[in-house]
Amino acid sequence: MESFTNRKKVVSDKPMTFIEKLYLPAIFSGMMITMKHILKRKKTIKYPEEIRVFAPVYRGQHVLKRDEEGRENCTACGLCAVACPAEAITMVADERKRGEENLYREEKYASTYEINMLRCIFCGLCEEACPKEAIFLTDRIVPTEFERADFIYGKDKLVESIDDRIDITLRQNTGKRGAI
Amino acid sequence: MDTALLIEKFSLVIIVFLISLGIAAYSTYFERKLAAWIQDRIGPDRAGPFGLLQPIADGVKMFMKEDFIPKNSDKWLFIIGPGISMFTALITSTIIPWGPPIEIFGRQISLQIADFNIGVLFIFGVVSIGVYGIMIGGWASNNKYSLFGAIRASSQMISYELAMGISLITIILLTGSLSLTDIVKSQHGMNWNIFYQPVCFLIFFICSLAETNRAPFDLAECESELVGGYHTEYSSMKLGLFLFAEYVSMFISSALMAILFFGGYNFPGMDYFDGNTLAILGVLAFFTKTFLFIFVFMWIRWTIPRFRFDQLMHLGWKTLIPAAIINMLITAIVIAFNKGWF
Repeated sequence: MESFTNRKKVVSDKPMTFIEKLYLPAIFSGMMITMKHILKRKKTIKYPEEIRVFAPVYRGQHVLKRDEEGRENCTACGLCAVACPAEAITMVADERKRGEENLYREEKYASTYEINMLRCIFCGLCEEACPKEAIFLTDRIVPTEFERADFIYGKDKLVESIDDRIDITLRQNTGKRGAI
Repeated sequence: MDTALLIEKFSLVIIVFLISLGIAAYSTYFERKLAAWIQDRIGPDRAGPFGLLQPIADGVKMFMKEDFIPKNSDKWLFIIGPGISMFTALITSTIIPWGPPIEIFGRQISLQIADFNIGVLFIFGVVSIGVYGIMIGGWASNNKYSLFGAIRASSQMISYELAMGISLITIILLTGSLSLTDIVKSQHGMNWNIFYQPVCFLIFFICSLAETNRAPFDLAECESELVGGYHTEYSSMKLGLFLFAEYVSMFISSALMAILFFGGYNFPGMDYFDGNTLAILGVLAFFTKTFLFIFVFMWIRWTIPRFRFDQLMHLGWKTLIPAAIINMLITAIVIAFNKGWF
């Protein structure tokens, strides 16, 4: 049969020569291979002391961003929920009342915004769909829980606090958003 | 016998005992390190600097474990098994000449606990008792895996002792003495036996791998087939003794190979030194060679897969023994020819 790859090997069972029967050259070359591995630099990262840096494209737990004045960017347009292939995002929209201008950037906001972290596949399509630069994936790891219900993250966990902003500059510099 | 001799021999016994155990303990550490390096890992590095306290941690762990004796086992034999293993592993160190005689307080002290004139035969006797530890341990456990391990160990021991003995006869022919002191002395400077008997060394080396139950000849404790082999039923320090005995006997057989083939404490340029300097350098040279062999033992273990049982028997009976006999005959003929017996 015609071979499509160059990985085909013709098997032969010709009798071994005397040198091959001694096995010693084979053993010796095997030992040379292991010696090479002894002298190799080890790639182990000793975790608690040394923490591995995530790649800039790493997609971890989501964050709902606020703008510079501390107002929520999200306008509950629902594009992220539509884009989500795992249907992990749900939200309820609400109208901004008078006196809430310092809380929400535009007239409409999400009164509840929930992501089911068990459904989420961390594809990042919500981030791409968002026209308001409100949702981003970060380099944080979703922690384990004992109850399924605890994996449904509400606004309390998703929205960043005003004092403790989440850095998403790495995500913005991956080149994906630069084109817009 | 005067008191001074008694004291010097006694302290030598204690020192050799401690050194053997210490080296065995640290070879467990080094074995784990080397295994890790070969597999591109780092190995134990948590206990102390570079993990150097790991053997102590292991020892403490072994002691803390429950010492369990199975209900249907032969209790007396079960207890004595690991003891025999350890005893035979340690007893061989009595006749090893660790270095040239040293001079303390105006007394010549030989760095050998007992200079038997039949040292080589003594080694053989002790090594063949060594298998009893494994055999008795495996039998007493009353477990089929243990028994299989014990049977394998004993048949392997018998097969490889023959080739080992014949290759040793070659060395005895070359030296004309059964005493290890004489064998070492005859290899003064760089006049090592390895240059005369490379084939003999190879056979001896393979046989010592088999005798110490090291990979690729560790069929007696073959994890993939026999769970743990002869020590399946053992726990706590009894298991510890079995495992430890392996390392002690590895150290001793490395020392033996250094003596028989690599000149023991002899090193090139040793004529420029004398007295205690020579003794210390000699001991250093001896230990360097021994450690080198221990390293090679481990290196081989983590390189080569285990033999199948029939391959083991095939190698032992059909390859090593004929090769050893032919080598011995050729050596004998050459020696006889040189002495003008023809």
